[in-house]
Order: sequence, then C-alpha cells, then structure tokens
Amino acid sequence: MELTINGRKREVGVPSDMPMLWVLRDVLGMTGTKFGCGMALCGACTVQLDGQAIRSCVTPVSAAAGKAITTIEAIGNTAAGKKVQEAWIALDVPQCGYCQSGQIMSASALLAKNPHPTDSDIDAAMGGNICRCGTYRRIRAAIKHAAQGGRR
Amino acid sequence: MTTVSRREFVSVLTAAGGSLLLGYRVGEGQRVASVASAPGFAPNAFIRIAPDGSITLFMPQAEMGQGTHTSMSMLLAEELEVTPEQVRLEHAPPDDKLYANPLFGEQITGASSSIRMFYEPLRRAGATARAMLIAAAAASWNVDAASCRARKGVVTHTPTGRTLSYGALAAKAATVPVPDKVALKDPKDFTLIGTPAKRPDTPSKVNGTAQYGIDVRLPGMLIATVAASPVLGGKVAGLDDEKAKAVPGVRQIVQLDDAVAVVADHMWAAKQGSAALEIRWEDGPNAKVSTADVVEGLAKASETAGVTARKDGDPASALAGAAKKVEAVYESPFLAHATMEPMNCTVHVRRDGCEVWTGSQVLSRARAAAAKVTGLPLEKVVVHNHFLGGGFGRRLEVDYVTQAVRIAKQVDAPVKVVWTREEDVQHDVYRPYYYDRFAAGLDAHGKPVAWSHRIVGPSIMARFLPPGFKDGIDIDAVDGAVQLLYDIPAIQIEYVRHEEPVLNTGFWRGVGVTHNNFVVESFIDELAAVSKQDPVAFRRALLRKSPRALTVLELAAKEAGWGKPVPRGRGRGVALLFSSWGTYLAQVAEVEVTGSSDVRVRRIVCAVDCGQVVNPDIVKAQIESGVVYGISGALWGEVTLNNGRVEQSNFNNYRVLRMNETPPIDVRLVRNSEAPGGIGEPGTSVTAAALANAVYAATGKRLRKLPLQPGLASSTR
Repeated sequence: MELTINGRKREVGVPSDMPMLWVLRDVLGMTGTKFGCGMALCGACTVQLDGQAIRSCVTPVSAAAGKAITTIEAIGNTAAGKKVQEAWIALDVPQCGYCQSGQIMSASALLAKNPHPTDSDIDAAMGGNICRCGTYRRIRAAIKHAAQGGRR
Repeated sequence: MTTVSRREFVSVLTAAGGSLLLGYRVGEGQRVASVASAPGFAPNAFIRIAPDGSITLFMPQAEMGQGTHTSMSMLLAEELEVTPEQVRLEHAPPDDKLYANPLFGEQITGASSSIRMFYEPLRRAGATARAMLIAAAAASWNVDAASCRARKGVVTHTPTGRTLSYGALAAKAATVPVPDKVALKDPKDFTLIGTPAKRPDTPSKVNGTAQYGIDVRLPGMLIATVAASPVLGGKVAGLDDEKAKAVPGVRQIVQLDDAVAVVADHMWAAKQGSAALEIRWEDGPNAKVSTADVVEGLAKASETAGVTARKDGDPASALAGAAKKVEAVYESPFLAHATMEPMNCTVHVRRDGCEVWTGSQVLSRARAAAAKVTGLPLEKVVVHNHFLGGGFGRRLEVDYVTQAVRIAKQVDAPVKVVWTREEDVQHDVYRPYYYDRFAAGLDAHGKPVAWSHRIVGPSIMARFLPPGFKDGIDIDAVDGAVQLLYDIPAIQIEYVRHEEPVLNTGFWRGVGVTHNNFVVESFIDELAAVSKQDPVAFRRALLRKSPRALTVLELAAKEAGWGKPVPRGRGRGVALLFSSWGTYLAQVAEVEVTGSSDVRVRRIVCAVDCGQVVNPDIVKAQIESGVVYGISGALWGEVTLNNGRVEQSNFNNYRVLRMNETPPIDVRLVRNSEAPGGIGEPGTSVTAAALANAVYAATGKRLRKLPLQPGLASSTR
C-alpha cells in the first residue's frame, strides 16, 4: 500500500485494517505519534489527514490511501504548525510531554482553519486531547499566543 | 543501597520541614568510573567538562514533567558559573552510591523531594568544580586563585584580563585535588536560581523527538503485549493459543504463571493475538472480592484503637468534657494513576548480560529487579532511563520491569513489552482505600478543645521502604495529619494498619497527604459549620502560632474574593495544606452545582509558600498540574472491584479532567528564603478538600466519601 506521509511517498506491506498509529510507530519508526488509549478517547495519537485532526489509533491505514498524512515530525513545515510549536516553546507548555504531539496536531488543525478561535472553539477542538499533567491552561494560552502571531 | 542511609532515613523524614539532615555528601569526591575514563574533567558524578569545552550534566532524578531536569541543572549551573545554553543534560545511570536521593538513601524520584534534597548537594557539586577550574587557571598563570573569577564557562584573571575557557582548563583541572570545603554563592548573587529559566526539554517535546521508554527501537526488536490475571493472585490454568498464533505478524506466545504475552512484529499483531487467546484463569483467593468487602474490613478495623502517632494534652478527658461533640467517618477510594504513557519496558536478555530500556522513578531498583529475574550479577545489567510519560508514583514500582524481563528471558531477541490502556488501568499499583474516623469536642463558644483522628489503611512503607514503618506507624499514612497546625489543646492521632491484599497498593501523587488533607480539612470545615463560623475565620483563629500557614490562608482568601457573594448554585471552599514537604499552600475553590448534580469547577486560587524558589515558572506549572490531577481524582476518581476484577478499563470509565472542564487556576507565590519545600504534589493534595468544602457551601451537602460527583448524585438532603 502506498501512503503519503509528510509529503513523502512510503510503501508499506501491512494489513489494510491496521490502525495508522502502529504503521507509523512500529513499521515506519516514526515514534513522535503516541499511543495512549487505543479507543480514540485521549487524543495522544492525533495526526492530520488532509489537514483534518484524526485519531490514528482507530483509523485503519486504508482510510489514508490517497490522502496526505501529516505527523508531529513535519507539522512545523506548515504555517499553523510552526506558529503553534513556537508558542508552545514560548510558554513552556509541556510537562511530561507525552500528550503534546497530539495536542499540537489538534491545535494546528484548529488554527489552520480558524486563525482566531474563541474559547469555545478551543474547547471544541481540544476537548478530545487528555493531558494528565494538566497543562490545559497553558495550551489555551499558547493557542491564543499563536493566533496573535506570537505577540503577548 | 547503603544501610547507613537507610537507617538515617526515618530521622530525615520525621524532621520538621524535611530539610537535608544526612551527613554524607551526595556524589562528591567520587569520580564516576565510566565518566572519569573519558578525557576531560569529572570532579563528581554530576559534571563532566570535555577538552572541547562541551559540558554535560548528569541528572540523577527522573524527568516526568515536574521540571526536575530544568531546576537541578539550574542548581549546578548557578555554582559552576555556566549558562543553561552551555550545558547538555544526560540521564544518570543507575547507581545508589553516586546518585542516591538523601531522603531515601536510594536513587528514587518521589515524595516531592528533588529540590528539597539536592538543593545544597548540587550547588556544592557545581561550586567544587568551579573552585577546581579556578585553581587550574591560577596555576597556569601562576597567580593567586582569589584574583580569578569564573563566569559563563570562562575563568578570568581580573587584574590582567587574561582568560581561559573551561574546556581549555579541563585537563589541568582534572589533576587538581578535590577541595574539602567550598564556598557557595550568596543567594543575593544568584543569576539563575529564582528566575523563570526556560525548560531545556521543551523543544524536543514539541516536535516528536523526545524519547520515552515506549519509543525505544532496536535492531531485530519484537513487540509484545500482555494479558495478566484479571484477579490479583490468579494463575493461568489453561491456554489455547492456536488462534493467536494464526494472526499474521505474531511470532511467539510466552506463558508465565500469572500472565500470557503475545510477541509480534508490531503492536497491532500483538493486540489482535492477545484478543484471540483463550486463557482459563484460576482466580485464587480474591475471586469473589468486591469493594464492599474491602470497606467492611476497614470499617471493622476502625473500631479498634490504633498506634498513637501524636498525642497532645488529654484528648479523652477533653472530649468527655466538651460542650459539644462532633463525629464523622470519611472514605477515600482506590485510585489508578493513568499516566498518559502506558506501562512499558524493553528488554534484551543474553546469556552474558541483560539490557533494559524504560522510564523509571527508581532506576536502581529496576536494575536490581532485572538482575534478580535473570540471575545475573548487577554489573551485567545495564538500564537506560528515558523521559517518563507521567510518573505520579506509578513508576516508583518495578512490577512492569520484572514482568518484561520474565517475558524477555524466553524471547531470542530484544522485546518491547507494551501494556494496553486496559491492562494499565486494571493492573496498576493503586492508591489504597483509606477509612478515617474523627471525633472533636467544642467548647460553649464553638472553639475546638479536643481532636481525635484515627487513620485506617495499609502500610505502603512496610513494603516499599521498611524503615518508614516503625513502631507500628507508617510515616506516609499519617503524613498531612500529624502535622495538624491548628491550635487545639488536646489532640490524638492514631494509625490502624489494616491490609486488604486484594489489589497491589502504592503511592499516588500526593501520597499519604492527599488522603489526609481531604479528611482533615473537610472535618475542620465541619467544625466551623457546627460552630456557625466562617471557614476562613475559624481556621485563622487556630493559626496564631503558624505564621507561614496564616499568610497563605489570608492571601488565598483575599485573591479569591472570599466573603463576596457568589451566584446562586455556586459556593467557595477553602483548604490548607501542611505536611512533611515543608510547603504551605492554601486553596480556595469555587464550584457550581447544577440541578443534575453536575459539579463544575469555576475557579481555583492557590497561595503557595515553598520557601526558596528555584524556578517560579515551574513552581506555578506544578501547582496548576497538581490541581488538575486533584480535580480528576476528587470529582470522579474511583477504582472499584467486582468478583476480584477492576471494573474500570479506559478513559471512558475512568474519567479525567479535560480542557473544556478546566477552570482558571491562579497561583500566587509567597517569596522568602526559607528552606526549599516540595512542589510536585501539594497542588493535588489540597484540592479534594477545597472542592468538597465548596460543594458544601453551594449545596449544604457534606460529602464524606470521594469521589464527589457520584456522591452528590446519590445523596439526599
């Protein structure tokens, strides 16, 4: 099966029902995308499919055929992703950091579509991403920081 | 581990404020063999300066989000006179001799102790290295060392302006004798300590390159997932693995006495294989146990007198003579940690050695566990630590390391054992169920004259660190209760050890204090209500002898607008934290309870005095973090048993706080120069009581059992 990941074509010989998460992590060695729950409950595995944030732990790899997969390893090449990463660094958002790949993928998808999200837009886009370190306040502030082009 | 430090452990823990009392010096004067053999300057186990000028700092404590790599490197860099940009950080290898946390005498990251315990030793390690570099420079120039100063990795001879970089000095400094005594910087000269220095781990945590244990990749590595007995003490009685073996990608089935692992090319095959296993379990003695059985056992044990942990005055007479007597029973449930990174461990067992890759709060114990399972000597076991995708006390245990090594012994390749979320939730080492019995006496004016608190629960210390269970007292189980600051003339605090071996139990963020603060600060609120007094005023009157506690209480109340009206359906609650951590924290929580008994937290204000602050941004982040963890636990956290099996399995039925449910959290710091206090856990510990007291203020319902949300739904007015 041919996949387009971060702009690069990759050929993988895997079952078509294999979740994209395990193709990325265990077959392609792209470990930036994290395993958290396996049931689309926590958002740690979030990647983008044609710019849409999706949970890779429940998305069969077949659903990605012909679409552009973007992961944390390359989200910094997008305008929104770059702003989000910079804001995350400016505000020192991560603690343990394990959920942050997923948080950044969700936040980048939000900002790409909605450059000036309200609090309720942020709630709706980010409610599916759990952070056990409780960095939620900083994530919200960083999304706003990114939306304002890095001005504080 | 050394017997000396273990013996002294108790005296340290029981010392008020938890300040560093041990006489021995961490890591000093002991050049690390592996480090010292490299060219360059390694004056102690924490610092290596290579001839090319690169400076590496070895981090003895695990980074699990609490910012310890940032703050510990600040302590070293401050005295070494280098900038954070000039240093590279490495996880220290397991070594209790070099890297023991003085609180435990072992290399353990826990009990909010890293800064408390390493504040002085790391500064001394940095200052020693600085003194040796200056001595080397002075010798090179044949001048008095006092005429030289170090700054930003360069030694300057002040009168002439000559300079030598640390790299250029490394070889010579390595020949300078390690000085017995060094001068530490005057705190007024600090340029790093006390500043919001940036976290060095942030860049790698925003681009996917940060390495957690679960991210390890090795040539020829296989991936396994595991199904352990759903009942503690159960065994595999029969196994049909034909269907599992037929799953494409499955390589091997490994059967242990209490678990079955499916080893595969990738996690997807391993998971499918595991689901296809037909395992017949012999459940063992816990086959029929339910939560109600546990509570029944605890309740019965609470009827017996315990061992006295604190006694002031004559509590029995004071209680008998009181104008009014108030009694209450509190319950705190089993809790799972639910770290974002599920338990995992990668192991390669060879005939002549064993290598382990994982994330651990107890690196030397992980190594010892691997040595025990393989029968290899310690020096044949290499353990690599990684960033932890959450610790919260879960990674103080090595059960997952032991299990992975047992599996790997049967696999002829490196194998990464990864638990599913379900396995993680159902095979945790849980916060114990505690049961607390209170009685208090009030005089005719409503002033407390007697306080009696009986704590019933298992002893984690007896298993985890036996010196911490002494003369019948588990120092953790009573932490946060025995330090009761309220000025009450007659106090009795007892501990009844009661083991319910139906689940493995261990430390959960905030340890003993989390349970004790909930019950103590709820019950003091009850006394305020019985006395018809304002909860802040009631506490204030009892804190005249505790100025630091009083300061944070007043500050939190002021910032939260205590006493100002709140909208209908809302209420404010207050709680005050005291413990062995040496940190004082007051929290005011504002909640809204809607008609459907849904509790929404609307605002949290914390006032914190943790003494000397190393990094105020990290202190604030830790309080925010602790509060969020505490809200999850207080509103919904509960692990229950039915037929010996844990009923929760994933985030759908073990609910945790999400972004849209997170209130504003204001953190105010009281800055002073008291000894540094712990900061990773206090935010969690203080939250349940503040929320319960706020629910009482909003509804008039006193909830004496956690979690609050189901309790409120089932309560009747």
